[in-house]
Amino acid sequence: MVESLDQLFVNLKHWALGFLPEALQPLVSAVLSIVPLVAVFGGLFAIVTIFERKGLGRIQNRYGPNRVGIPFTDIRLAGFGQFIPDGIKALIKEDVVPRAADKVVHFLAPVVLLIPVLLTYAVLPIGRNMTVVDFDAGVLFFFSVGAAVEISVFMAGWSSRNKYSLLGAMRGIAQMISYEIPLILSAVTVIMLVGSLKTSDIVAAQAGFTAGLPNWFVLTPWGFAGFVMFLIAALAESNRAPFDLPEAESELIAGYFTEYSGFKFALFFLGEYLGMFAIIGLGITLFLGGWHAPFPFLTWVPSYVWFMTKLLAIVFFFIWVRGTLPRLRMDQLMSFAWKFMIPMALINLVVAAVWHFMAGTGAARWVVCALLIAGPYVLLGRGLMENKHLGKRTYRFAD
Amino acid sequence: MSAVAGANPRNFELLPKGDANGGELLEISMGPHHPSTHGVFRMDVVLDGEKVVKLKPVFGYLHRNHEKIAEGTSYLASMPYTDRLDYFCSMTNNWAYALSVEKLAGLTVPERAEYIRVIMAELTRVLNHICLIGFFVQDMGALGTPLMYAFRERERILDLFEELTGARMMCNYLRFGGVRCDVSESWLKRAGEEVVKLESFMDEFEQLVAQNEIVMARTQGIGVLPRELAINASITGPMLRASGVNYDVRKVDKYGIYDRFEFKIPLGEHGDLYDRYMIRVLEMRESVKILKQALRDIPDGPIMDSKAKLRGFRPKPGEAYGRIESPKGELGFYLISDGSPNPYRYRVRPPSFINLTILEDMCLGQRVADAVIILGSVDIVLGEVDR
Repeated sequence: MVESLDQLFVNLKHWALGFLPEALQPLVSAVLSIVPLVAVFGGLFAIVTIFERKGLGRIQNRYGPNRVGIPFTDIRLAGFGQFIPDGIKALIKEDVVPRAADKVVHFLAPVVLLIPVLLTYAVLPIGRNMTVVDFDAGVLFFFSVGAAVEISVFMAGWSSRNKYSLLGAMRGIAQMISYEIPLILSAVTVIMLVGSLKTSDIVAAQAGFTAGLPNWFVLTPWGFAGFVMFLIAALAESNRAPFDLPEAESELIAGYFTEYSGFKFALFFLGEYLGMFAIIGLGITLFLGGWHAPFPFLTWVPSYVWFMTKLLAIVFFFIWVRGTLPRLRMDQLMSFAWKFMIPMALINLVVAAVWHFMAGTGAARWVVCALLIAGPYVLLGRGLMENKHLGKRTYRFAD
Repeated sequence: MSAVAGANPRNFELLPKGDANGGELLEISMGPHHPSTHGVFRMDVVLDGEKVVKLKPVFGYLHRNHEKIAEGTSYLASMPYTDRLDYFCSMTNNWAYALSVEKLAGLTVPERAEYIRVIMAELTRVLNHICLIGFFVQDMGALGTPLMYAFRERERILDLFEELTGARMMCNYLRFGGVRCDVSESWLKRAGEEVVKLESFMDEFEQLVAQNEIVMARTQGIGVLPRELAINASITGPMLRASGVNYDVRKVDKYGIYDRFEFKIPLGEHGDLYDRYMIRVLEMRESVKILKQALRDIPDGPIMDSKAKLRGFRPKPGEAYGRIESPKGELGFYLISDGSPNPYRYRVRPPSFINLTILEDMCLGQRVADAVIILGSVDIVLGEVDR
């Protein structure tokens, strides 16, 4: 029973394929994998936008959308139907293209954003045996396809012929390229330890429990440091606050999609959220044990439920950060990436290697690895803050 | 469509044919409709990458001919119009105007009315600073959370105003020689409760913002206004005090009954954004102290000078300048009377306008993201800048 629930969708697909002639099976199999994936994550996007607006509303001492249900009916869903009118609005809105814009590139930019983002889902193991393409260079594929997003940002910024768009695109590209390095370097530690780029192998390496705790990489010193860096870089990669400089509202109106309206804007929005889910999904795969359950007594819950739960938990964390922190400045953002994140990621590589070679030494390798991370962290942090003189101040009072 | 020569929209050329900057610099027109220029304000910014090389403030989009209109109408008729100058602080605008007319006509203000004026002015100061620090953190990109917290408190103060004067923002409450209507016991009690709540809000807000690493990194050492420049440019208000100059009209002139209250003037040292922010926070705490004393000591009595008359008000020929410490700085009204029911000359000294003059000096060499929060820290209201 538990087994069949876990493999429900896999079995369903194989059962449906059985009715088809042999020649058609590869094609239909691909369609049967892609369509549910796009539908599920598209639906997740719709729900998360409401989730985000409600969550931000609560953080900001207001309600957020709490009325809309299904349009033209009396069904009220406490605001969770909001995405339907939002979508209708985006579809029927006038699509304004600036007269001086490069119309072809302007049109292509949101499409170019969406396609690579959707491609990255191919290698994500969403559940047990539920990877669309489980091939040997999975993580490499994810990063190389994901890097194509920068082209879209540049296309949007350049073709709009708007100075705000251009500035936003400049910032966006600089930021994405800078943060891709710590992102990949922190992922490399996992690949080093597992010895495979295949995502299902990485998940399999984190199976099982030790002393009631899961064997997730996040519960090791190098894995924890790697996961924190991965999350920070993922925030920057998906242009979320406090790294939302490419679309900094108070300076650049809306950054590189200032000149987009109607459905093209909605596509940018969709692409950005799907990109965020994909990168969180990879983070879960690399550090949080993929679809594995966190406790031994919970292993009966289907694997895809665990994946989605972890995904939503991190999305909630992102919303929380967005509702709390102000934005960094561009030069601070870049110096944080190059002076802090990248050195720490390189040190973390060494720590992961030390962890590997000290296998079997018990507590000693925990102490050594923790010190190897904490020492540079403190030194680097002190060194960077030394000549900045930031801190609380005391004020004098005159009568 | 228009038949102007060369106005064919199909043929227009966007690409500059070699601009004045040799193509190296980027000139951006920020405003008049931009999310964070605080109204219809425009900054003509020339950028080298992200760095500001030139900044020209452009305003006048909200010019309403305030001074000339006031010269064409009676003294009292201008009172509601002063509400619209700095529409966040109608009470202090009223007070500055009433003060100069009272000087002109030689009116005195009864004790109780003076206390009410102080209560109103200090509530207005808290209200203005609350909005300012909310918008300031919003400009830094904090997506409205601090702003919403700030506006929750603002609503409570506005409710107090509404209960007393009937209006939330355009209060039109002060009259020459007193105030329009008396405060009730229950209102004073409620005001006392709200003042206590303000204190806990300030503690909460300080925890949320003042010690945030990102806020400190964004504001400390940015947009420095040197002491000498601040004095030479006749900057007033919290901007001046953040640069370390001890000048507060409440202490210098002791207008009204400010000599009776125990309060201090917080002074900054660096003159940067963080100081300007913190001075306002500390000033709010001092205002709360004044409010507590005023609400405790307020006496009974009349609220209008018996000599004051609303109809047929004709001050003797002469001139007067009344100034107060408005939340944004020194707000003054200069009036010349020729004995007629209308002022012969009516001139406003708007603090936001004069504080805005050094915007370029503070922004040069900073990033474009800083220019936005530097503008926010000047605390302008376009109703007062353009008049």
